[in-house]
Amino acid sequence: MPESFLLKYISEPDQADLETYLSRGGYAGLRRALSIAPEAVIDEVDKSGLRGRGGAGFPTGRKWRFIPKDPAITRYLVVNADEGEPGTFKDRTLMEGDPHQLIEGIIISSYAIGARHAFIYLRREFSTARDALTGAIAQARSAGYLGRNILRSGYDLEIVLATGAGAYMAGEETALLESLEGRRAMPRLKPPFYPAVKGLYMQPTAVNNVETLCHVTWIFAKGYQWYKAQGTPILISVSGHVARPGVYEVPLATTIRKVIELAGGVRGGRKFKACFPGGSSSAILPEAYLDTPMDYDALPKVDVPGTMLGSAALIVMDETACMVEIIGRTVEFYRDESCGKCTPCREGTVWLGQVFHRMLHGQGRTEDLDLLSGIAKGMTGTCFCPLGESVPPSLNASLRFFRHEYEHHIRTGRCDVREKYAA
Amino acid sequence: MNAGNGERGTGNGLSSAARAEIRRLMAQFPEPQSALLDALFVAQEEVGYLSPEAIRGVAEVMDLPESEVTSVASFYHLYHFKPVGAHVIQVCTNLSCALNGCGRILQHLKTRLKIDVGQTTPDRRFTLKTAECLAACELAPMMLIGDDRHGQLTPEKVDAILTRYADGRSPKPEARGP
Repeated sequence: MPESFLLKYISEPDQADLETYLSRGGYAGLRRALSIAPEAVIDEVDKSGLRGRGGAGFPTGRKWRFIPKDPAITRYLVVNADEGEPGTFKDRTLMEGDPHQLIEGIIISSYAIGARHAFIYLRREFSTARDALTGAIAQARSAGYLGRNILRSGYDLEIVLATGAGAYMAGEETALLESLEGRRAMPRLKPPFYPAVKGLYMQPTAVNNVETLCHVTWIFAKGYQWYKAQGTPILISVSGHVARPGVYEVPLATTIRKVIELAGGVRGGRKFKACFPGGSSSAILPEAYLDTPMDYDALPKVDVPGTMLGSAALIVMDETACMVEIIGRTVEFYRDESCGKCTPCREGTVWLGQVFHRMLHGQGRTEDLDLLSGIAKGMTGTCFCPLGESVPPSLNASLRFFRHEYEHHIRTGRCDVREKYAA
Repeated sequence: MNAGNGERGTGNGLSSAARAEIRRLMAQFPEPQSALLDALFVAQEEVGYLSPEAIRGVAEVMDLPESEVTSVASFYHLYHFKPVGAHVIQVCTNLSCALNGCGRILQHLKTRLKIDVGQTTPDRRFTLKTAECLAACELAPMMLIGDDRHGQLTPEKVDAILTRYADGRSPKPEARGP
């Protein structure tokens, strides 16, 4: 396995200090990027094969090419640092441990698209990251990496740090822009409001994830050939019933089984039951799928609809997990975070929540399983944005692989898993 | 910023220092309304919660309708519309924490503080809330007290942590540690 680089200095206590960052090669990638044309910067990101690490996996270079080149048009870069997909904690880890790595990536990326203002939209709860980024921005400005005429290149950039106020919905890029404009975080209609065309303040905007921008830093520090030779690294947040939960840097397409092994395996010698490979918005997969590569293309190809790499949050469940309870919790999450803009999501999540509530309180009905499937079908392909669409995959997969657990709850009014493993 | 820190404004619930801070935030953005979320936190930190006067103060400084400010504020989880305790406890109840026994932690907090979720202790020290995934799943089960992260919780550990906050002030724990 190649050595990690995104996480290389993450645990070094002085990495947030500019001098230390520079002594480890920091801002060399920025110097190189500023010495070539913005178009050449985009070319290099294209050649690196970098795809967005926020969840959708869109090729980063292609996203930037949608931004108009006309210098008369004001363009913006917006950093999605509103990490909230359940099970995901890689971006927080990167910002707390190595803030300059992100700042450098922001400057390079802003230069590539011709933005003179970049905005970081940070989760309010990330106070440690807020302090780290505030410090890094101030240091970078006083050293000439930000502000006017950066490193005498003639390029100007300011970075503004803004915080959210607690809304999962704001992770969706158009809802994030609404929130950043000081409104309720509700999604915009696409088209016409593709951020690259009409984004922040209706100007062309690139919205990029924190990890994505940290990759850009390394692509310019070492060159895209070196970067590709590392096996296209990605960060995976591993949590749940594993011995060593944490963020792991692995080559793209490492199998789920291998990642679980890296995290110390299933905890306490228990038996693996199922996992979410890409946060709670992905379908769940049982044991038969453990050899699936954690890859943008391989996961959606398995025969479980809605399986995806997403934000690469691998949540592992062992035999002690009651699937009715877990999927019920997932449904409640989306219900509570639904913005209410569209009917299938607003009503569907409430209806599903009612059915789960009665099943988990000994009042399930025989017809409830068909009802769940019916509501899930009504929410598939009908929601305004990905939030509502994220509910059916794990629900449908649980009904397919763990139907007997639902049936037991309905038939007996009790949870056999809980009774078997009650501590 | 604490209540009483700086001069109180002219009946709008915000001190001159808070109003100046909001204006500084507004100047950072091409469109000043972008500062609204941060401005609401300035008001909340000063008053303790978003009282009608605090909302009115933000609306005045930002030249926005009060209805718009209220509408935006009510969308987000982190604003309080009634007084809260000195320390707001947010217990994560999402998947990774649920798999690691957050139910037991929440129950322990309810029993120990003798309040339910959403309530404040009679001595106004603690307000208990639940939270969705706080992006610290490696520490599950975890909670925030104010801005401080506490993880790998057990009932015993919760007891020890609470005593550190008992005097109403915020200790500075190892923010990154468990």
